[in-house]
Amino acid sequence: MQSIAQFTINYWQYLNAEGQVVDELPAFAQQPDQLIPLYRAMRLTRLFDHKAIALQRTGQLGTYASPLGQEAIGVGIGFAMRPEDVLIPAYRDHAAQFVRGVRLSDILLYWGGDERGMDYAAAREDFPIAVPVASQCCHAVGVAYAMRLRRESRVTVCCIGDGGTSKGDFYESLNAAGVWQLPLVFVINNNQWAISVPRSGQSASQTLAQKAIAAGLHGEQVDGNDVIAMRARVGAAIERAQQGEATVIEALSYRMSDHTTADDASRYRTQEELDQHAACDPISRLNSWLCEVGHWSDAQEQALQQELTEQVDEAVKQYLSKAAQQPTSMFDYLYETLPAAYQAQRDELAGAPNAAQGDSDNG
Amino acid sequence: MAEMTLIEAVTQALAWEMAIDERVLVLGEDVGVNGGVFRATVGLQDRFGSERVIDTPLAESLIAGMAVGLAAQGLRPVAEIQFMGFIYSVLDQMLSHASRLRNRTRGRLTCPMVLRAPFGGGIHAPEHHSESTEALFAHIPGLRVVIPSSPGRAYGLLLAAMRDPDPVIFLEPKRIYRLVKEEVPDDGAALPLDVCYTLREGSDVTLVSWGAMIKETLEAADTLAEQDISAEVIDVATIKPLDKATILESVARTGRCVIIHEAVRTGGVGAEIAALLAGEGLLHLMAPVQRVTGYDTVMPLFRLENHYMPSVERVVQAAQQTLEFE
Repeated sequence: MQSIAQFTINYWQYLNAEGQVVDELPAFAQQPDQLIPLYRAMRLTRLFDHKAIALQRTGQLGTYASPLGQEAIGVGIGFAMRPEDVLIPAYRDHAAQFVRGVRLSDILLYWGGDERGMDYAAAREDFPIAVPVASQCCHAVGVAYAMRLRRESRVTVCCIGDGGTSKGDFYESLNAAGVWQLPLVFVINNNQWAISVPRSGQSASQTLAQKAIAAGLHGEQVDGNDVIAMRARVGAAIERAQQGEATVIEALSYRMSDHTTADDASRYRTQEELDQHAACDPISRLNSWLCEVGHWSDAQEQALQQELTEQVDEAVKQYLSKAAQQPTSMFDYLYETLPAAYQAQRDELAGAPNAAQGDSDNG
Repeated sequence: MAEMTLIEAVTQALAWEMAIDERVLVLGEDVGVNGGVFRATVGLQDRFGSERVIDTPLAESLIAGMAVGLAAQGLRPVAEIQFMGFIYSVLDQMLSHASRLRNRTRGRLTCPMVLRAPFGGGIHAPEHHSESTEALFAHIPGLRVVIPSSPGRAYGLLLAAMRDPDPVIFLEPKRIYRLVKEEVPDDGAALPLDVCYTLREGSDVTLVSWGAMIKETLEAADTLAEQDISAEVIDVATIKPLDKATILESVARTGRCVIIHEAVRTGGVGAEIAALLAGEGLLHLMAPVQRVTGYDTVMPLFRLENHYMPSVERVVQAAQQTLEFE
């Protein structure tokens, strides 16, 4: 008998839950001021999230999936990516989308039942949010293959949750990324819960990162609540992807919210568990470190809160004042040209007496 | 100009389009070095390289989902599913993504992909290799479903499918892959999608079919002709979206219609055509619409498959019934 394969999964963290630096900071974080844009983006995402939930609770938004407590993952991804890269998001990646220029009002429009919320003004090649879990991983393979075929230096970044790693599309995609040495980065938001099923109920694998190994990819675990680590490790993975090695990053975090506004997590998890994870919050740890090193203050925090609140309020105003689409729009983007076979149905819809009200189901 | 089989016409169309449009890629299981298990892609990898003629891992959902990603990036993927029996894991990608990417993004991203698969029974194939489940795809908004029934239409319709700006399911009736040869000029001329092809004109009864069953349908028309019954034969060719006008116009003249398909009866595309005639052609009908189809049961293994497949005799009898109806 001999051992023929060994592997190691590294864990990366720079800023621990107490806001202490535990490793030599990467170059971009050497000047604490450079972290302020990341801090702002996390704060913005959280303010947006509070507002979105308030809108849902008052019947002004549909079912909504909150990224509460996981803002560092998206912000790290967003700042590591270059504009020309392509993001293939899951449904809890607003933070990354905002950094890439997707408007706050787009995300509100989407969860408010309007397809125009997927017609992003920026990041035009990014995919819209994927709802069928893990299906987006296969799209990422296609996008990355196109980049490699055209000899581009661009990279595809694909997001997925811990539950998604149980699905076939995830494995099929990792496998293909290895075979073709694609410029691809998978980021798993391991927030410990897939609706009501905990991480332990998804896989007996010690880490989710090691699923990369079987596919011939690089895999590592990152503190997903440390935005410095997320920015650094996604950045390293993007560089690696350009050399033809795809990476799986397992970002360890915790879903502080219900699965969606339609869920009640108190049915399956305890307040004690929530309290314990609240102490690992990504925003307060960066705040505490920035204050400690003298690069942030209460006054700055207050000014920022006010500025971002205005920004969110403005987005809400844009969203709420946006007139519903014409009902016939449900036919107008089905094909490039609507086939003759469906023209009569479109006409019927256009002429229906109640059709012009454009009511949306906000479930 | 060369005489060729349907499968050779498929290869010729792929080669033509790959030569004139560098965005076109072929991907699937065994499509490269091996040229496909039916040889549909033979020679393409030698000619266009392994980056454009891609042997994929054995993973159907990946193949379709990857094609969505390629298409969204402006390429023109032609993905092959080796047999229709293996297409079901692809339904999620086609229904949830390919068919609605344009609609979801209000036209920002589109999905000009073709998904090819051989389908149908009658070649003594193993289990899961003989079903005709085209109706599954005909039910999905945003797709086109195209089925050729001759070498010439395979060439022209596949070219059209590859040039279409939206996703096309291109189902190839494998029973007639090598049944007949005809001259197919390699001129890059596409045939129109979304229209039926009237293969034979007649005045007494309209026979509507597609794919491999066109063979039995034409033979039935010959038999009926011997009985002085003039049958019009329509090849639907694009089963989604349906060319209603051609079918309605024909039945308005003949007053009788028999729909023939290999797929099971319930929920088949024939039901849609029968509903069309009931809804928009009722006053022209002189007899109930007849359906000659596969039975509502599991496709038997091949010792019994000939009992399952609609026969010429069943088509002839159904046509006679429409004429005898009072």
